[in-house]
This record gives sequence, structure tokens and C-alpha cells, in this order.
Amino acid sequence: MEALDLARWQFGVTTVYHFIFVPLTIGLSPLVALMQTFWVRTGDEKWLRLTKFFGKLFLINFAIGVATGIVQEFQFGMNWSEYSRFVGDVFGAPLAMEALAAFFVESTFLGLWIFGWDKLPKKIHLACIWAVALATNLSAFFILAANSWMQHPVGAILNTETGRAEMVDIVAVLTNPTVLAAFPHTITAALLTAGTFVAGIGAWWMVRTVRRGDVDLARTVYRPAVVLGTITMLVAGVGLGVTGDWQAKLMFVQQPMKMAAAEALCESTDGAAFSILAIGDLANDCDGVSHLIEIPGMTAFLATGEFDAPLDGVHDLQAQYEEKYGAGVDYTPNLAVTYWSFRLMIGMAAGSALLAVAVLWFTRRGRVSDNPWLARIALAAIPTPFLASAFGWIFTEMGRQPWVVVPNPNPSGVDGVWLLTARGVSTVVSPAMVITSMAAFTLLYGVLAVIWFKLMHRFAVEGVADSEHDPSPEARTDDPDDPDSAADRPLSFAY
Amino acid sequence: MELTTVWFLLIAVLWTGYLVLEGFDFGVGMLLPVLGRRNNTDRRVMINTIGPVWDGNEVWLLTAGGATFAAFPEWYATLFSGFYLPLLLILLALIIRVVAFEWRGKIDDDRWRARADLALTVGSWVPAVLWGVAFANIVRGVELDADHQYVGGFVALLNPFALLGGAVTALLFLTHGAVFLALKSAGDVRERAGALAAHIAPVTLAVTAAWAVWAQLAYSVAWTWGAVGLAAAALLVLVRATRDRREGWAFVASAVTIVAAVVLIFGSLFPDVMPAFDPAHSLTVTNASSTDYTLTVMTWVAVALTPLVLLYQGWTYWVFRKRVSAEQIPASVGLTFARRAPAAAGVGTRRPGDGGAGIAAGSDAGSDATDRPTAS
Repeated sequence: MEALDLARWQFGVTTVYHFIFVPLTIGLSPLVALMQTFWVRTGDEKWLRLTKFFGKLFLINFAIGVATGIVQEFQFGMNWSEYSRFVGDVFGAPLAMEALAAFFVESTFLGLWIFGWDKLPKKIHLACIWAVALATNLSAFFILAANSWMQHPVGAILNTETGRAEMVDIVAVLTNPTVLAAFPHTITAALLTAGTFVAGIGAWWMVRTVRRGDVDLARTVYRPAVVLGTITMLVAGVGLGVTGDWQAKLMFVQQPMKMAAAEALCESTDGAAFSILAIGDLANDCDGVSHLIEIPGMTAFLATGEFDAPLDGVHDLQAQYEEKYGAGVDYTPNLAVTYWSFRLMIGMAAGSALLAVAVLWFTRRGRVSDNPWLARIALAAIPTPFLASAFGWIFTEMGRQPWVVVPNPNPSGVDGVWLLTARGVSTVVSPAMVITSMAAFTLLYGVLAVIWFKLMHRFAVEGVADSEHDPSPEARTDDPDDPDSAADRPLSFAY
Repeated sequence: MELTTVWFLLIAVLWTGYLVLEGFDFGVGMLLPVLGRRNNTDRRVMINTIGPVWDGNEVWLLTAGGATFAAFPEWYATLFSGFYLPLLLILLALIIRVVAFEWRGKIDDDRWRARADLALTVGSWVPAVLWGVAFANIVRGVELDADHQYVGGFVALLNPFALLGGAVTALLFLTHGAVFLALKSAGDVRERAGALAAHIAPVTLAVTAAWAVWAQLAYSVAWTWGAVGLAAAALLVLVRATRDRREGWAFVASAVTIVAAVVLIFGSLFPDVMPAFDPAHSLTVTNASSTDYTLTVMTWVAVALTPLVLLYQGWTYWVFRKRVSAEQIPASVGLTFARRAPAAAGVGTRRPGDGGAGIAAGSDAGSDATDRPTAS
């Protein structure tokens, strides 16, 4: 394999891996903040217990998300230095803003939240977790703005002298229609992930406690968690559908090749059908794909809102690209990967949907349930949004190949700024070096994934603590001004 | 002032923030097997002195990286692709270090903790040495071709000047960590950290002075003698203050030494950002930089946000200003991988309707079971 293929594999592996943990961090931080808000507002101890329980899971997950995120920022320069030279003037800005505006807030206030339970007044401590939640979401915005610029370059021109992209309008970069659709889509996906996680673990525990005979515990502690998780799932699910539809319509305009490939639509067609099942050869030949099940007119409808609208097919698009950007390059992304990752992304939503329906039925009108099927569905549903996110990223990144910066000869994008992936790879980095780093990351990531899972599992099956005392300074009985009593009191939290 | 100069200075400031702040938490990690060799409580005292702040300190690195990408893309591209293997090692070290901090206390088991401690120690030593190697190489100059690509290879990075630079950062962080621990812990750890700092401060003085004079004579410009002088003065104060156990002064002195080292490094570079053996191929603040527009935008962002960052990070240090002592360390909140024994999990004791009492009974039995080394 060449350095290019290896670098692509490494980027794929490290990015998909990083994004296992990120959606849970983004989605769970506001949910933990909500639980703590309920506790501060009502003084109801169960919300403190739930805050601590899901807070621990959040922290185990947060650590590995941060650790694998450092790689992401360094990797552009290490493996993709020519890409970095080409886009740095534009692409570096949102990354630097992400660090300054979001990472600092996130890491500093998380430290305050973890260690500040007995040091900060209740409301200030609560504000810390909200700061974390806002900052994780803000960081998602900046990184998606950077990614969206690669999908749809705006606010930049090509400097023909240096051959590099140059930013001319930061507002255009940050209000790129692509990021305005991708951001809510990613955030709702993260909320679906966290909602499914909270509802799934809560429902499994509810069934378990009812079966143990402790109906009271199931009703007072686990059911509220299930309700909170399910409301999140429902809201996020609707949002995900709306933003997904919006994004798909945008993609048909901005990246018609990606969407034609996702549908394996070979010839330009009026009223194209939506393919549900297709089989093809492995030669990436569009004509070798046979569609077995289709919904007539559906793709045209999803793309434009009209059932009989015309759409360009892969062959015509290939011809158009050859005319514009030169012959001798296959401008068609990997059809099988694009087609299936798109369908798997959507299909995985069934997991959360099933859990939501099951919860709504089994817990209707204040009920708690001991139905083993609810517990089984709960466990099965938890991984599905994680997989949906992974397939979504594989789709959106593989679907734009062979481009790393996609040309946008459409009214909303700038013309002239584009880069083939093959031209972005570092020229001074040998295949041996990429193999070394890829082996090291894959090995380390594999080990960490096992530990992460064991820890998450272990803390999930431990369940919510039987009681939590109020650790806040307001609840303290000793004299806070007496240095002797303060000095020797054990910290409420320590590593 | 030219915007490119502003950004050269800003990136120097970001590296200063990173090396001064993460410097002491690297030092704490490096000293874990030394000052924490006696028992787990001592190690927990050490780790908890930096517990609330290490993550915020590390963001200075991410910001320096992001700012370099935004302001000097050519520098970012050449440096990161050229120094590939050292950066890979730094990344691997930082990864295991981050997860070890957060995961160490989650499992109450000696072997688990031993592994986490190893990850913290290795994860602190490796970057502490390699940042010095990397910066010394930049000061010394590297082999760049006409396209500003690094073509020197990995072995060329391991020259005597760079290796001595690695020893300098390792010693500086070690000392910085020891004086930080003397300042932020109480009791036995404080005592031994102070004694250790007094022992290694003269070594740090000698090695740092040797490297600084070498750098100054071989690679720098006249005015950075000021930085060398400042470093020397700060190191002399450090030696004296550690001997007298003036903990506050010792910490100020080690921090000023690191600041002076960064001034020397960046002062020797300017107006280059990455000098090449053939000066015609050097990356400079001009030929490596982004456009004026991008630099202007980023200047506004930095001017608006950096004071805020300093404000809330400063507040964090104020909130956690108290010394950490062994008496304050609570019992481990970790679980064991072995599950609670079924009888202890509360099945037998919990009956419908007996609410609180049943829960409490289950809880006590459960914690007994987890405290036993082999529960089942």
C-alpha cells in the first residue's frame, strides 16, 4: 500500500474511533446538567444520585474522547501536510477558535465540576456543568464549520500565485449553509445517542429492580431517568429527521455525485426511485448494480420535494467532472460503501425508535415494568446510535472522494477552490512511518476500547447509589471559617 | 507592529503558557515513582494537587497547535510532517496520560493503580524530554529543501545539542513539579518534595546554563543574552529558595526560568520560524504565514478570548488554592471488577414496601463485599 492509502486508513480509523465517544460526551453533558438542575431546584435527592451515576459514566467517556481528540489536531500536519498548506489560511481559523473558545472552557470548568462539589456554592457548581455542556456543543460547531468548508468551500478564493486557498470572509465560513445543516444534525444525533444511553440503562435497571421486588426504587429513581432519556430521544429523533432531510436536499445541490452514488443512480433520470436493496459487483461499476427493491419517485422527492424532478446520474456527473477538472480521474466514490453506509446510518435509527416505543408502552400512565423484553430492547438499542454516527461519517467522508476539498460549481459555493485527496498527503512521510503510527494507534486504541467498555459496563451495572449526601458548602454543618475543621475534612471528591 | 510579528509573539505566549503550566503537572507525573513510592495515599496526594487543572493546562498545547495552523500553515505543515516520529511518541504518551488520570481511581485494585501510575509516569517523561529535543532542533536549524519540506530524517534530530535540550526540559519540569508539590501539598509529601527540589536544583542550574550558553553563542542574537541572564538569575534564586524552603519563591523562580527559556528559543528564531541549514530555504514569519485578513480575524478572536481564559483559569487556581494533605484523601470510590456477591446485592434484604431500610441494608452489605479482596 502507498502512503496515501495508509494515511487515509489511519484517518478513517482514528476519526471513527474518536467519534464513538464524542456524541456521548456532547449529548450526555446537557442531560447530566439537567439532572443536577432538577436536584438544585427541587432538592430531591434522587436527582443527585442520578447526576452522580450518569456523571461517572460521562467522565469515563470524556477522558477517552479528549485523549483521542489530540491526535485529530496533529494528524492534519503529520499525514496531510500538503492539505494543510493548501487550506491552512481558511481551515486553521475554526480549529484555533475551537481551542480558544471551547476547549479551554470545557476542560477548566470540568475540573471545577469534578473537584468543586464541596468547594463551590451549589448554583455556581451547577453553572460549571452547564458551561461544560455549552462548550462541548460549541466545539462541535467549530469543527463542523471546518469540515463543512471541505465539503462546500465558501468565503475563500484561490491565490493562483501560491496555488493556495485564502480566506476572504470569515462570516461566510461560519455561516456556510453546509454547517448550518450539519451542526443541528450532529447535535441531534448526539442527543439521540445520550437519550438512548440514559433511557436504555434506566429501563434495564427499572426491570431489574422491579424483578427484585423493589418497585419503590424502580418508580422513584429509574423511571424518571427513563422518562428523561425517552423525551430526549423523541425530541432528538424528530430533529434528526428534519435536519437529515434538509441536509440531503442541500447535498443534492452541493455534492450531486455523493448523492447519486448513495442511490447508485447511474443514468440521469426524471423521478428517480429510492433504492432499498441493491447488489452490485465489487468493481465499482455503476452499471453492475441491480436494484432489487425500490420506491418509485422517492429519491426525486427527497432531493427536491417533487416526485418527478430530474436528477443527474453517476455517468453524466463523471462526464461533467472530466470536462471541468480533467480526464483520467475516477470522480465516482466507492459505490458500495456510499450506498450502504447511507442506508445503515438511517436504518440504525430503528434501534432508538424501538426502544422509545417500548418505553412508551411499558411505562404508560406511571407504570413501572418487569418485562424482560423491555430490558433486552434497552440493551440492544444502546449501541445503535453510536453505529449510526459512525456510518454517517463514513458516508459523508467516503462519499466526497476523490476530493478532500470538494469543488462547488454551484451558486452558493466558491468556484476554483478544490483539492484531490491524493494531492493532500504528506510528501516527506514514508509508508513505513505511516504504518508505524497506524499500528501504534490501532493497537493502543484497541486496548483502550476494551478498558473503556469494561469500565462503562462495570459502572452501569453498579447502579445508582443507595443514597448520596449533599456535598455542597451550604449543607455543611461544621464552621466553614474554622481552619482546623476545614483542613482535615476529607475532600468530597479526589482522584 | 506587523501582524505576522504579533502572531509570532502570540504563539510564543501560548507555548509559554503550556510549558509553565503543563510543566509542573508533567513534573508531578515524573516524580510519581520517586515521591510516591511509599504508598497509594502519597501518590493520590500528588495526583490530586494537579487533579482539577491538568486538563485545562493541556489545552494550551491544543491552542498553540491550532494557532500555528491558522497563522503559519507552512510552519505547521513542515514541523508536524517533519518531526513525525517524535510527535507520534508525544501523542501516544499524552493519550495514556489523559486516560490514566481519569480512570485510575475508578477501580479499587492495586494492580490497576500500578498500571495507571506507570502510564502517568511514562506519559509525563516522554513529552518532557521530547519537547526539549524538538525545540532545540528548531533553534539549531534543520535540513529543509527549496519547498520548505523537512528532508533531514529522524536520526538527524538526535544530535548532541537537541539531546541536551531534552535533558534541560526534563530537568526543568522535574524541578518545577517538585517545587509545585512542595507548595501545594502538606505533610510528608511536602517535606520530601522540598528536599528533592533542593537536591536537583543545582543540577538543573548547571545543565540549563550550559545549554542556554551554547544556544546563545551558536544560534542566537545579542539581545537574548538578556533571557540567558534572566534564566541564570532565576535559577540562582531557585537554588537558594529550595535550600531555604521558601516554597512560593522557588515556584516563581522555576516558572520564570521556563519563561526565560521560551524567550531565548523564540528570540533566537525571529524572524525565522524554522531556520534551515541553507538560509535561503528557511521558513520565516513572512513566507510561512497566513494572509493579513486571516491574521486580522484571528487577532480579534485572540484579543477577545485570551483575557477571559486567563481570568477563569486563574479563578480555578484560586478555588483549589489549599494544600492537599494525606488526611484529606477520602477512601477510594473505585469499584472492583468482580461484581458484588449476589447475597450482598440486596436481593434477600429488599422486599417490596420496606423501602429505605432495605436499601440501607443492601448498601452496607455491598460495600463490605467490595472491600474484601476476593469477594466470591
